Amino acid sequence: MSRTIPARRGRPAAAPLPQRKTSLSLRLKRISRAWQLYVLLAPAIIYVLVFKYWPMYGVQIAFKNYNPVDGFTDSPWVGLTHFIRFVNSYQFGQVVGNTLWIAVLGLLLAFPIPIILALLVNQLQSERFKKFTQTVLYSPAFISTVVVVGIMFVVLSPRSGLVNNAIQLGGGEPIFFMGSADWFRPIYVISDVWQNAGFSMIVYLAALAAIDPALHDAAKVDGASKLQRIRHIDLPGIMPVVTILFILAIGNLLNVGFEKALLMQTPLNLSSSEIIQTYVYHAGLQQAQFSYSAAIGLFNSLLNLALLLVFNTIARRANQATLW
Amino acid sequence: MSLTTNPRTTVNPNRPLSQVRPKPSLRDKYGDRAFNIAATTVLLLSILAVVYPLYFIVIASISDPNAVYEGKVWLFPSGVTTEGYERIFADSRIWNGLGNTVIYTVLGTAVSVSTILCGAYALSRKDMPGRKILMLLFVITMFFDGGLITKYLVVRDLGMLDTVWAVVLPGAVGVWNLIIARSFFEHTIPNELREAAQMDGATDFKFFFKMVLPLSKPLIMLMIMVHVVAQWNSFFDALIFLNDDSKYPLQLVLRNILIQSDVSSTGTTGGDIESYAAAQRIAELTKYAMIVVSSLPLMIALPFMQKHFTKGAMIGAVK
Repeated sequence: MSRTIPARRGRPAAAPLPQRKTSLSLRLKRISRAWQLYVLLAPAIIYVLVFKYWPMYGVQIAFKNYNPVDGFTDSPWVGLTHFIRFVNSYQFGQVVGNTLWIAVLGLLLAFPIPIILALLVNQLQSERFKKFTQTVLYSPAFISTVVVVGIMFVVLSPRSGLVNNAIQLGGGEPIFFMGSADWFRPIYVISDVWQNAGFSMIVYLAALAAIDPALHDAAKVDGASKLQRIRHIDLPGIMPVVTILFILAIGNLLNVGFEKALLMQTPLNLSSSEIIQTYVYHAGLQQAQFSYSAAIGLFNSLLNLALLLVFNTIARRANQATLW
Repeated sequence: MSLTTNPRTTVNPNRPLSQVRPKPSLRDKYGDRAFNIAATTVLLLSILAVVYPLYFIVIASISDPNAVYEGKVWLFPSGVTTEGYERIFADSRIWNGLGNTVIYTVLGTAVSVSTILCGAYALSRKDMPGRKILMLLFVITMFFDGGLITKYLVVRDLGMLDTVWAVVLPGAVGVWNLIIARSFFEHTIPNELREAAQMDGATDFKFFFKMVLPLSKPLIMLMIMVHVVAQWNSFFDALIFLNDDSKYPLQLVLRNILIQSDVSSTGTTGGDIESYAAAQRIAELTKYAMIVVSSLPLMIALPFMQKHFTKGAMIGAVK
């Protein structure tokens, strides 16, 4: 645009918009005036309708016997048959148990570590060392999950892997980590921390940077030690962010890391690596039991939603930040 | 907090104040010193834990596979060889996957970023009727989704299986990114600017493309990088929606070779056990080299991207 826009400040607001009870014609006029905005929004809307809401509509097949000819709508209803079958199947306990195990372990370890790292990095004196630490710690987040799991396979390999070489050097017996059901959970969680802790740390660092430095100065004048300042200034300062991220983590509790679990699966560790989502993948896409696995997926989503609602309510009761 | 806040001035306020500050008592000083030492040690150990595995893979990728096998490689490569890399570059699957990944990444990023920017701008406009309901339409999808199976069936019904679109479209718009972009627009594009432009007769389109976008370069950079990294690293959509392995992206090729140990093309000639073992070791060597090659592009780009990602995290933290 060649014309210059006068950047005037403090312009009086245009005539105040009439609140509520606007006449239909006025509303239509306002909508038609914004048609260009709707055009801009249209691709995104079409996207959610097609790839989010259409699948949601399709979830009804969890209560039907889906067949491709009849599609989502016309397949015959069968009620809760698929849910009952899942709950009664011999995998039910194992699959749900594995999912909860991984989710809870991951939450207990992977959630607090980035906070601790951020508090420590924030206290560093040297700007340069601070920046270096940040860069190094979050670099693994840019390595793909496939490659991270690939690294695990080569580094933990029973014959030539780094870890087993070290174990043998110390006189121990080599361990077949990736083929062992007992080792699946620790490896999964540790590698998760290794890959993602640095990246999650950044959000907390940003929140720490937003804390009013005057608070720290005042505390210093009063003779507060670094630990005291972390406890009484930094931690309360980032608490809203912590709460929101925690609620979000809870809301995604049963979905996290499904791709990695799938990649880490070997026939030998299946008894602890088969989680709800991988089970859905195997039963649904590999064995084409669409309705059955859609029911299991729905079970998973609803469980997730319930967790989210519960924790959001708890946070609200505790007067903390909430999602809505 | 605004985006333009210089972190240095907010993060490190103690310097100018150090003269004013009364001398801390001895005990506090030692306490702080102990804390500093402990913090630095912990961070150095974390850095080591992150870096050493990566460093080991780099040196293992150029070492004699027998030395790696016998556990002789710890700090320096031994018996330098480039055979692993030669094998990778001779493998047509890798090149094919790389080509596909480039296509998917460019196309996917273009689609995602343009959809998100346009949509987020419209949602940031407080004068758009129905904005709240439309926003809700997006937010709901963050908390509930139809699941893998129905998504697969929808993509199948659309006839997208085994096409580029199956990799590019189903994950195109992340609601979280949409929210970040929307709050960026809300905070950086002053309402007065729009009113002034409208006074001069600019339409919404014209204002968006000629004024908003040029003012939003940091956001555009952030969005491009987020999507490039995500597309470059993604494999799952390709795994479920593609059957034709000539369309596989690099990550899927890597999965088949690295994790499923598909060493067929790395040459297992000869029948005897010894040459088989040797071939196995070379296959391992190839894996190390493959990890290096596939991670290198993003690792090299990392220092350039860092600034933008940190900013993105801040916008996200502000919400």
